[in-house]
Amino acid sequence: MARPKKVRIPSEEFFHPGHYACQGCGAPIVGRYLLKALGKKTIIVIPACCWSVIQGPYPYSTLKVNVIHTAFETAASTAAGIRASLEMQKKNDVNVVALAGDGGTFDIGLQALSGAAERNDDIIYVCYDNEAYMNTGIQRSSSTPLGAWTTTTPGTHYKDRPKKDIIQIMAAHRIPYAATGNVAYPEDLYVKFKKATTMRGLRFFHILSPCPPGWRSSSEDSIKIARYATWSKMHPLYEVYDGEKYVVRKPEKEIPVNDYFSLQKRFAHLTEREVDTIQQMVDERWESLLRLAS
Amino acid sequence: MRKVLMANHAVSIGVKLSRVSVVAAYPITPQSQVVELISEMCADGEIDAKFLKVESEHSAMACCIGAALGGSRVFTATSSQGLLLMHEMLHWAAGSRVPIVMTNVNRSVSPPWSIWTDQTDSLSQRDTGWIQLYCESNQEVLDSIIQAYWIAEKVNLPFMVVFDGFYLSHTNEAVDIPEQSDVDRFLRKFRPKFKIDVKKPHAFNSIVYPDAYMEFRHMIKESMDTVPAVVNKCGAEFGKKFGRVYGTLEEYRNEDAEISLITSSTVTSTARIVIDEYRKKGIKAGLIKLRLFNPFPREDILNAIRGKRKVGVIDRNYSPGNGGVFAQTLRANIIGNGDIPEIYPFIVGLGGRDVHLGVLNEAIDIMASNKKIKAGEEIWLDLKK
Repeated sequence: MARPKKVRIPSEEFFHPGHYACQGCGAPIVGRYLLKALGKKTIIVIPACCWSVIQGPYPYSTLKVNVIHTAFETAASTAAGIRASLEMQKKNDVNVVALAGDGGTFDIGLQALSGAAERNDDIIYVCYDNEAYMNTGIQRSSSTPLGAWTTTTPGTHYKDRPKKDIIQIMAAHRIPYAATGNVAYPEDLYVKFKKATTMRGLRFFHILSPCPPGWRSSSEDSIKIARYATWSKMHPLYEVYDGEKYVVRKPEKEIPVNDYFSLQKRFAHLTEREVDTIQQMVDERWESLLRLAS
Repeated sequence: MRKVLMANHAVSIGVKLSRVSVVAAYPITPQSQVVELISEMCADGEIDAKFLKVESEHSAMACCIGAALGGSRVFTATSSQGLLLMHEMLHWAAGSRVPIVMTNVNRSVSPPWSIWTDQTDSLSQRDTGWIQLYCESNQEVLDSIIQAYWIAEKVNLPFMVVFDGFYLSHTNEAVDIPEQSDVDRFLRKFRPKFKIDVKKPHAFNSIVYPDAYMEFRHMIKESMDTVPAVVNKCGAEFGKKFGRVYGTLEEYRNEDAEISLITSSTVTSTARIVIDEYRKKGIKAGLIKLRLFNPFPREDILNAIRGKRKVGVIDRNYSPGNGGVFAQTLRANIIGNGDIPEIYPFIVGLGGRDVHLGVLNEAIDIMASNKKIKAGEEIWLDLKK
């Protein structure tokens, strides 16, 4: 697929300066471009995750829209309840968005998300994925990639299972739209968020979002690392319509996974052979993705 | 209009009359018929409500919280394990200050598996910040749903209307169904105090530091403290409109009683007969039916037990290591109020075992004898040897 046309991203901000994210965190970028695309008629539901801190403590708020904080596993169901309420009041021009981390999406929140997807509740669900429970101190989640160090998968016992394929799971629900995104590609993100507003039903985003403390990387490298994730096909950019139609965006440059790994210390313990095994898996997954898109 | 209804359907009709607009629920025995009828009424357009058929009780409560913050009057129903699964969100609802009304049909908790009634499920949610009210009859169930919205929306706290599984849920009684127009005049349109409004953005339930958390909890306390008076006011106004007066409790032949029983739910009906029999025998027995359990109506109950020699508490529930929850809560609330009667805590009818006349006779006989009760001790009645 060709690179998208030049996108003009609005200068209006719905995001106050002075948020509570760590330096180099990808998560604020997700929220910022999300709201640039969705505008002020948006309600954000935040379960327990880094964003529940980034959003700011009472009486402050980082976002200029309504925010509802809810329990870890209830982003989708709380959002569904809000939507039902708005529907009964005939307020149908409001975006109801769940903004959750990988733990609240891939793990503890999966039941509620699957329920909302099966019912095709009219919400936008955005998962910013930093590949572990970062808010509680870098414990592995089912989104942690194979081979990665976390505080519950130490280097000597690194994560020995591959990352859960959340998009395939969501696509299997036959929802109207599921897409991956990456904070290193804001235009792509913006276009996809905008596209989501033209649809109804459950729209799902899986966005890679670097975490310098958790990935043991330099804050200033975050965007570079995120871009390398797509270049190395660790995090390919693609869309799935109605669970069937795959549209894959080929990276503008291809690099081995080791280039991506070398910028982060969480993969530092891996031997050359282990890296080769991961490379092989990534290549196979990419091939199967291309087959789905063809 | 009078109609023969099971309590489960009395709830559904109460929900309809209360003009609820969002329902989110998951089925569980013995509650299922509550939401089945609501879902039918939604499908037929008899209720103008959206029914979210969620995948768990935990999600049901999360949906209700979202919908209530969105500005809708909401309802859900559950029982036993379902209520326990909701536990986290019950705290969340109270902390969010949303006036959700829920019915819990009492069912014992497992294991061993049991679908029959006892109150351990709802009473183990005592500390979640929900108002809890226990009903004796199908009429009271219907009337209490309407009153629950009236009260909850005044104090911005969630409200649980509780009654016995099978003893009421599946039992048919004649119920007077109020006119919709009368209910509309009694229960005004929902005007939420806290509501999402895209024109006025707010952050709800944000993180707070230790310098603010206590004050939020204290605001709940201040509202909770007003609840007994609001329940009495609501029950009196309901009485003026519909002819059936309600309060935090109801006294039966209690004024001159020396020995009183405190009951809740359907055991009360059996106790009325027992009290009559003992009165015939010349024993001054009386009955206090406790309707409001949380917050505990301290003043009302103190007035009702003052001057009694002995008070027996009938607990159809059991907190392992602590005994009956009504009895413990009563003791905790009356200590330090001068002369208080001797309290006899009885455990009865767990897991749906019938609480027949003989069980309550035994309770009164024990109190009438000179048996002393140690602090923390409870008496299990009708226990097989």
